[in-house]
Amino acid sequence: MGGHVSNFTPWSALYGGILIGLASLWLMATLGRIAGISGITYSLLPPKAGDALWRVAFVIGLPLGACLWSFWHGHAHATSHAPAWQLALAGLLVGMGTRLGGGCTSGHGICGVARLSPRSLVAVPVFMATAMLTVALIRHVFGSTP
Amino acid sequence: MKRILAALSAGALFGAGLDESNMADPRKVLAFLDVFGQWDPSLLWVMVGAVTVYAIGYRLLIRRDRPWLAHTFNLPTASRIDVRLLGGMALFGIGWGLSGYCPGPALAGLGLSNPDVFALVPSMLFGGWIADYWSKAPSLPVKTIAAEAK
Repeated sequence: MGGHVSNFTPWSALYGGILIGLASLWLMATLGRIAGISGITYSLLPPKAGDALWRVAFVIGLPLGACLWSFWHGHAHATSHAPAWQLALAGLLVGMGTRLGGGCTSGHGICGVARLSPRSLVAVPVFMATAMLTVALIRHVFGSTP
Repeated sequence: MKRILAALSAGALFGAGLDESNMADPRKVLAFLDVFGQWDPSLLWVMVGAVTVYAIGYRLLIRRDRPWLAHTFNLPTASRIDVRLLGGMALFGIGWGLSGYCPGPALAGLGLSNPDVFALVPSMLFGGWIADYWSKAPSLPVKTIAAEAK
């Protein structure tokens, strides 16, 4: 872990994390479902009768909640300034990978880790490692962005 | 109707948490992943907050017979550590590092008028569709290691 610690925002990170944990608990308490964003979304392609409406509601709620919260707090939102092809390629890999691996940062990273699921405990270090390696290559070997 | 409102509010609270923690900002995520640069550990604190709350609440919740608005708790039971899991997660990590977006922040970005996600989300959905198509192909080699052996 080289370099300097910069722009560390421990309190907003912790508050936000607690909100995410509560949101995931709320979904388990009411509908008995794991709050895995990738799984909730992909199971809509194609939608199955009787199992689609709650997924659609969750997927609409997510940007809605982020939008309302950002209005309230006035966060300045920025984009990555990455070229569109890079974003599209990234999206393709994220979509394929999370579908094959059965989860993402939420389903494996939060719910799975908290439940001590063996698959999730393996999944998290794997995606953390390849993500950190990718950023290291882009930024420190090729000197590119973002 | 109650079920829809429950899911909508859960999604909204999740989105609010992503925005509060700045995890919908790809620069913040990439700063966490950049361990050889100006490392920003914020994402770790998001995970700590969320996992702690969920770990405690989950154990209390599943003592109940059933959720409030459904008949059963839907809990994943798979425990196989196989090539699909490892390969999938490796691919996901590369995409995450390439952009700073995982699925939650990508969808949240649709509500934050962030132009990035208009390129990223459609191809993410397409990627999920391709993976489904592959998974149905009978030739996919799946080697499994018993989770207990790990």
